[in-house]
Amino acid sequence: MAEEKKPCLCGSGLTKIYGTGVQKNVAVDHVDFDCCQNEVISIVGESGSGKTTLAKMLLGLTKPTEGEIYFQGKKRDISNMKKKKEYWKRIQAIFQDPYSSFNTFNKIDAVLLDCIAMRNGKKYTRAKKIEIMEEACCFVNLEFDELTNKYPFELSGGQMQRLMIARVFILKPEILIADEPTSMIDACSRATILEMLMKLRKEIGMTIIFITHDIGLAYYISDTVFIMERGKIVESGPAEQVILHPKEEYTRRLISDVPKIHEEWDLSSVKYG
Amino acid sequence: MENVILEVKDLTTKYVTRFSEDVYAVDHVSLKTAEGKTLGIAGESGCGKSTLALSLMGYYFAPLHYISGEIRINGRNISSMDPDEIRKTILGTEISYIPQAAMNALNPTQKVIHFIEDVIQAHNPKTSKKEIYELARERFEILGLPADVLQKYPVELSGGMKQRTVIATSVILCPKILIADEPSSALDVTSQKMVIKMLRDLMENGFIKSMIFITHELPLLYNVADDIMVMYAGQIVEQGTAQEVVFDPLHPYSKGLMNSIIVPENGARGVKLSAIPGTPPNLKKPPQGCRFAERCKYVQPTCKTHEIDLQESEDGRAYRCAFSQNYLRKAYKNG
Repeated sequence: MAEEKKPCLCGSGLTKIYGTGVQKNVAVDHVDFDCCQNEVISIVGESGSGKTTLAKMLLGLTKPTEGEIYFQGKKRDISNMKKKKEYWKRIQAIFQDPYSSFNTFNKIDAVLLDCIAMRNGKKYTRAKKIEIMEEACCFVNLEFDELTNKYPFELSGGQMQRLMIARVFILKPEILIADEPTSMIDACSRATILEMLMKLRKEIGMTIIFITHDIGLAYYISDTVFIMERGKIVESGPAEQVILHPKEEYTRRLISDVPKIHEEWDLSSVKYG
Repeated sequence: MENVILEVKDLTTKYVTRFSEDVYAVDHVSLKTAEGKTLGIAGESGCGKSTLALSLMGYYFAPLHYISGEIRINGRNISSMDPDEIRKTILGTEISYIPQAAMNALNPTQKVIHFIEDVIQAHNPKTSKKEIYELARERFEILGLPADVLQKYPVELSGGMKQRTVIATSVILCPKILIADEPSSALDVTSQKMVIKMLRDLMENGFIKSMIFITHELPLLYNVADDIMVMYAGQIVEQGTAQEVVFDPLHPYSKGLMNSIIVPENGARGVKLSAIPGTPPNLKKPPQGCRFAERCKYVQPTCKTHEIDLQESEDGRAYRCAFSQNYLRKAYKNG
């Protein structure tokens, strides 16, 4: 790529330890990573490898035990609520479980209006607000007329996940952290969600950090791939290189565990653990 | 002649909603599974896969109602039996079911062994605890589960382990058919592979004779199933061997599904994924004519007026489309 790469979010020596003493559990172990603007990076690993903990630290939802996070070249400062809110305008997330991402007591309008308010749109007229909401819903192929006055639980999983993307569309953050956004919806809606994320990225020039256990998905969507094993990043590099020519044993295992259609899927090597 | 274990003919079941509306979630479905074979059922959320699985067991309770059709296990018709008899003589011994969130099926306050005792004693009340323990231990060892799992509480096990425990328990009485409804969709790829390996071991060891595997993950289904059935809006839209359905789909809906496959293989990166636009029809008021017409790329005006039956193609596959096989293949080639 000809364009200059600007580092956007960096972590150095990130560590998170849960519990103390015998219960001590190192979830993330001295992770260094950086992602550049307008790049899609994937963090891949099996359950319990610390992917989600890393995402939570990046989002500012949990405090790292050690290490620093640099945002746009500067050390991240979210010491008080005001600064935190300011940070969340620039970094947003889509979570794994769409069913628990929404407040069940709020209507969908409230969800979207909240986003408009976050973008200093509180003083907009009602008509202007509706226009923004309609635009956002249209972007994700939802009909605003059908959604208004409904509650989130009346939607299907795929629709909820798309509503999350509509939120992101209104907020236009610089970074989006997508934590397994497609693992709970079916393969057909998955294609739709991925397509929308890519469209959104093009539209607002956003950086996407994609967290998944499906290495096929990571290969399809990302420029750079980080492989995580037990809290450590064991391999990283361009998607093509990591997935087609893996160096680490762990990466190879992850790839061989995914069912494929053109190559044989070897079940004889499975060890019950 | 292959030995047919389960045969279903024209099975129709419906849900009755709060407002007394009828939703035909399984609409004239016929299928067959032979000994040693796995039948895969594919389709997107809400197409009736799970309802079909529930209906196959013949165990109906509101809001699911049986309408018509036959379910035969080894030639014995179970569709007209009353629920109590089915529970006593069919479930567990003839047909067994692993639900989608199988890990939630374990009682958190009981050890795994108690759960197994419950299952066995429901059918053979005279079996002693010692016999049950011996049987369970032996079975668990064959299936690669450590015997100490039996003395543990479900919270002490990992997700994949819980899932495998539930599977091992559900087949403890050697049912003829196992219905696995998305057994691995909540697991990561490594545990998924273990679950699949275990299902295959079950078949090889003769604990089950035949399996029905339900999932929306096509690469997985391709590796597990011998035959694949694609469902859409309660109907079968295509039936064929796994090879045929994945590499040479006939129905435009199956074709659409195959375009959403993601695999980590060389060359998969440049391929553009194409999602099927729109949403499945509301089954409270199913559309006239072909149910897929609204979302079909190759739709013709007659599709929306004429009811389309499942038709046999020249090479013995079944599909539900008005067009001929050659026409469809040509259309897919031209994009």
